[in-house]
Amino acid sequence: MELLAYAAFFLTIALTYAIICLGLNVQWGQTGLFNVGIAGFVGLGAYVSAALTTPDAAERIGGFDLPIALGWLAAMAAGGGLALAVGLLTLRMRSDYLAITTFGIAVALQLVFQNTESLTGGAFGMAFIPRPFSGLQGEAFAFNGLNLALTAAVVLACYLLLEHLLRSPWGRALRAVREDEVAAQALGKNPVLLRIQAFALGGAIMALAGAVQAHFIGFIAPGNYLPMMTFQVWAMLIVGGSGNNRGAILGAVLVWAIWALSGALISEVFPADQQARAASLQIVIIGVMLCVILLWRPQGILPEVRSVSRHLGRRNKDIKP
Amino acid sequence: MNPQAIIDGLIAGSTIGLGAIGLTLTYSILRFANFTHGDFLAWGAYLTLTVAGVLGGLAAGLGAPVYPFSFGWGLPLAMFGGVALTVALTLGLDRILFGKLRARGADAIIIVMASFGASMALRSLLEFIFTAKPAYFTKALQIAKPLGLGMRATPDQLLVIGMTAVLVVVLHLLVTRSATGRAMRAVSENPSLAGVYGVNVENVIRVTWIIGAGLACIAGVMAGLLVQIRPYMGFDLLLPLFSAAILGGIGSIPGAMLGGLIIGLAEAFAVQIVGAEWRAAISFVILVLVLMLRPQGLFGQKGA
Repeated sequence: MELLAYAAFFLTIALTYAIICLGLNVQWGQTGLFNVGIAGFVGLGAYVSAALTTPDAAERIGGFDLPIALGWLAAMAAGGGLALAVGLLTLRMRSDYLAITTFGIAVALQLVFQNTESLTGGAFGMAFIPRPFSGLQGEAFAFNGLNLALTAAVVLACYLLLEHLLRSPWGRALRAVREDEVAAQALGKNPVLLRIQAFALGGAIMALAGAVQAHFIGFIAPGNYLPMMTFQVWAMLIVGGSGNNRGAILGAVLVWAIWALSGALISEVFPADQQARAASLQIVIIGVMLCVILLWRPQGILPEVRSVSRHLGRRNKDIKP
Repeated sequence: MNPQAIIDGLIAGSTIGLGAIGLTLTYSILRFANFTHGDFLAWGAYLTLTVAGVLGGLAAGLGAPVYPFSFGWGLPLAMFGGVALTVALTLGLDRILFGKLRARGADAIIIVMASFGASMALRSLLEFIFTAKPAYFTKALQIAKPLGLGMRATPDQLLVIGMTAVLVVVLHLLVTRSATGRAMRAVSENPSLAGVYGVNVENVIRVTWIIGAGLACIAGVMAGLLVQIRPYMGFDLLLPLFSAAILGGIGSIPGAMLGGLIIGLAEAFAVQIVGAEWRAAISFVILVLVLMLRPQGLFGQKGA
């Protein structure tokens, strides 16, 4: 029973990463936009939702005690808004300016989380974030199971929405822009506008993931949103298969499992005083894995399914790898 | 306003500028934003530290400080070794990663992503080998001497500023006057056309890595000498490096140096107003302003 409760806990965290991965898949997989500030967007969602839904606290502004669902919506609006602003600023320029700017966004947001004590609680973070089904907190299995079901429902909703969009005219235009911008332009599509839309949608989904994660754990601190997170999510999408929404979910669960297992292994094998040092090996492993996959199997485990429209079926057989 | 900020800014700016030159060269010639460049600085510092340790073991007298500086002959000697090893590191990385992706015709953005992965791996490897505890080139303390106008600087700091100036002038002459420099500019304009005209593109790429890695190592040693050596020192400099390179205009060596100095000075002055905890945000603000007002940078060409 305890093991099952832990499995549910593990899967819930993995699925919150799956939501981030789905958001990244809209930006990178479908549109080819390189976001190096994922942790910033996720953290923004977490903090916005936490500020709105926590009970009133004397030491900081915020704490409106609003319902969780409202926090989620506000997180999506904030993430989408930020992504929109970044998109408007950089998407007219060369593609790697977006990478550098998003990298800067994550650094700047990290400073805001750290330094504005009156709003974010500073380095100590924010506690008492309301958790869904908190009435059942005494029973670990029921509580974790219900939260798993809720998170899975969010993943499913995102998945169905994105799959629908993928096969819609909008999704086709997006891929056309990614594959051949000039040709898409010649057909009357506006590449900059499409990119900005995709980037904003992805940012909103990432912020939603941050809010879901924050409400499940009940506590957030700036240390949760380091560049490490960005890096993990990238590894997840690239391993799973960029461009494939099922691959994004699979990659999230798989890489999170590798991460958790190697972490457990390190705490078994190494003495306590060497563990922080050994933990850096975990990052080396994931970094090397990312590079190796980019070199040898850039399409990931589940390659992108080439589709033109759902009426025409799969197109993979026509395309040489 | 405290005039000491000018000295502080020039010193920080020297490190940022030297790092940004390497970044802007790889950016314009290899055509990708290299996220590992910050880690080259950190690796350069640690490799130099290792070589200095070995040298100190061979000849103990090398560690004794040479007046008026805080370090002995061992450090400049070790820096040659550090530069050679950092160059070997980047050439090795190019051979097993970037070169392979280039040969496959991968998109620039895939190479950027690979550099992002490699940067995480390199940085964590440093942390694993040397632990997160800061290291120092020298334990000697130096007293800042007054320079007039209320400014003070240690001999080490003045040496860093002087050395940066010499390096930038030499490099500028190399790129503007020599055949190699002409080949580099040709490749940054158009690699395939340069290849057709008989420029050895592979050679140019190698020279670019050598210059970038050498300067990164020197900048890392400077930062290590004046502040401290940490595995994350390069990562923390990455945003200032990018901001300086973009502010100066991608591909421009004087631009990158000037950009670095501007960022360094802006940080030093802004820290007095908003507090040191916001230091890292200054280069981000400058980056956003440049992208909004003059995306091609100070010395960049339109449409870049």
